[in-house]
Amino acid sequence: MATTRNVEKEHPPGLDPRWPYRAIRLLLVDDEAAFVDTLVNRLKKRKFKVSRAYSGEGGIRLLKKADYDVAVVDLKMSSLDGLATLKVFREMAPDLPVIIFTGHGSEKSAEESLAYGAFDYLLKPYEFDDLLSKIKSAYHTGKEY
Amino acid sequence: MASKPGYNVSLQRKMVTAILLVALAPLFLLCGVILHQFDHSFREKMNAHLGELIQKHCRDIDNFLNEQLNIIRYVAASYTFDQLRDEAFLQHQLYRLQQQFPGVFEDLGIVEENGFQLTYAGPLELLKADYSRSGWFQKAIANQTFISDVFLGLRGRPHFIVAVRQAHGNRHWILRATIDFRSFNTLVENLRVGKTGMVFIVNRENEFQTRPAKNTPLQHTLYTKLVSDQGDPGPGGGIIEEISDSTGKHIFAGATLKNGDWLLVFQQDNTDAYRDLYFSVKIAILILSLGCFGIVITALIISRRFVFRISEADHEVDLMNRQVIETGKLAVIGELSAGIAHEINNPVAIMMEKAGWMQDLLEDENPETMKNIEEFNLSLEEIKNQARRCKDITHKLLGFSRKTDSHPRPVHINTLIEDIIGLSSDHARHAGVIIHKNFSDNLPELNVTPSEMQQVFLNLINNAVDAMEKTGGRIDIATADRKDHVLVEISDSGPGIPQSNLGHIFEPFYTTKPAGKGTGLGLSICRTIITRLGGEIDVKSGTGQGTTFRIRLPVQGQGFPEAPIVK
Repeated sequence: MATTRNVEKEHPPGLDPRWPYRAIRLLLVDDEAAFVDTLVNRLKKRKFKVSRAYSGEGGIRLLKKADYDVAVVDLKMSSLDGLATLKVFREMAPDLPVIIFTGHGSEKSAEESLAYGAFDYLLKPYEFDDLLSKIKSAYHTGKEY
Repeated sequence: MASKPGYNVSLQRKMVTAILLVALAPLFLLCGVILHQFDHSFREKMNAHLGELIQKHCRDIDNFLNEQLNIIRYVAASYTFDQLRDEAFLQHQLYRLQQQFPGVFEDLGIVEENGFQLTYAGPLELLKADYSRSGWFQKAIANQTFISDVFLGLRGRPHFIVAVRQAHGNRHWILRATIDFRSFNTLVENLRVGKTGMVFIVNRENEFQTRPAKNTPLQHTLYTKLVSDQGDPGPGGGIIEEISDSTGKHIFAGATLKNGDWLLVFQQDNTDAYRDLYFSVKIAILILSLGCFGIVITALIISRRFVFRISEADHEVDLMNRQVIETGKLAVIGELSAGIAHEINNPVAIMMEKAGWMQDLLEDENPETMKNIEEFNLSLEEIKNQARRCKDITHKLLGFSRKTDSHPRPVHINTLIEDIIGLSSDHARHAGVIIHKNFSDNLPELNVTPSEMQQVFLNLINNAVDAMEKTGGRIDIATADRKDHVLVEISDSGPGIPQSNLGHIFEPFYTTKPAGKGTGLGLSICRTIITRLGGEIDVKSGTGQGTTFRIRLPVQGQGFPEAPIVK
């Protein structure tokens, strides 16, 4: 664990290794505030540039204003749910890779989200490292170097 | 839902009644009609035959009487009074007659108008006998010819007299002949029909003119009964009547002769006369009763078998319903646990993140100045570990509930068993039971209903754990590919099942668990589920030897060979 931390310090996962000063822009959408806030802190600590929204509608508003490299959307939200939000995101920014969070063990709904164009999904509770690697691969896909 | 014995009994009774009614009613009706028709026509034929017989016989007897009369008339007409009054001449005439008609004429006599016998030829001493007061003489002197009834007369033996009146000058005289009773009797009795059929003659006074029959009812009223009451049918008329008395029923046929003075009676016991009819009736009744017996037995057997089948089917339906309820319960538990798991997942995720965040923050602290930083780190890691444990549990629950659908689909049996082991592991750990897996890789997928198979394995594993609850022990679960089927073996090191119980364990409602603990349905449901999949389940056990359940599940698309269940 200590070695991972050292690697993280030297190469913060929030920064594009090719352009060391460019932070990866993340959009986090989840109605569980305690969760989102903590996650934002942890990601910011790793040099990500993170915007947060506590609802699908909030996420859409943020996406209208700015561009993002990766979006992470929770599947189960009280007003506009993850799938609906995903659909809107796909229309607004077809190139934006979206990772879906789900607390529901049902891989069926997660797989459904893949059918709607989600990049990948994660079952809550997840390992933080898994999240980082998924964000990383999402960031790199579609990018031509 | 359970079929009640009372219901079964009434059902059986209804079925038996219906079958008997449908089968027996036409049989009886048909038999009755045919027998009645047969009886009617048989009696008609019999009566016609008897009538004819008796008429013919009657004519014969009449002819005989007339013949005797004519003979005497001829003798009387052929000779003069003077010739005949000579005793030697009369003796000679008697001798001739006896030569000509042996056994008929007993004696001859010439009787004067005043009733005195003038001349006599015969074996008795009847010369000068006085007949003036005899009934026959009164009638004979009044008529041209006369045949008397049978009477004892002066000689004290039954006989009858044939008399012809002739005139000599202005005086009448009579030539009379005594007819041997025996020969006449023989002639009358000559007609025998069957064993008891006999013929006799009675006169107007109901006196027997021939030897009487032994068992004749109405001895003293026959003529009255047959002729006077019904009107004289004339010499040709046959009278048929059945009369019963203490000795049984008798059939009578009668015909009058001698101008209605005599009645020829044919008498036969009913049982004898209608022997053929009674025999047919007996045979018919025998066949009918055998048939009835057969029908009743068949009705009983069929209805019992039907009712047994119905109650069996009811029982099966009952069992299925209970199984549906049990499966439903499991599905509800699955759904419920899915909801709980989902609700828990979010807080656990937050816990994970918080712990991670604290670890992140601790990295910024100076280990030199922060004395307990290592302890903090260890605790946070432990928190994360416990959160991961929660996650494992919730994922198992979710995995379980995901598979509680009730439609068959291809399933990896190993995964399914893993899920169940995951659910039972806590229960097992508390009982001190170790579950050991020995799974064969590359098993073919089986087309089964996951929730049902879960139920099977959950039942078997829970039973095994329950059996070893106090002692602890070991459960071995092995799977193996047997080409046409997959073999699953679940063995435990528990106390085993006594031989006496082994035969009953798959029966519904059989349980050895304390009241309220087990429904007694678990293993019966297991067997139902597996049998429906075309598989087999058997058990091998003995006291102190542990228990092994062996399940064979056919691989999709392959027939399952018939194999002996108990090895």
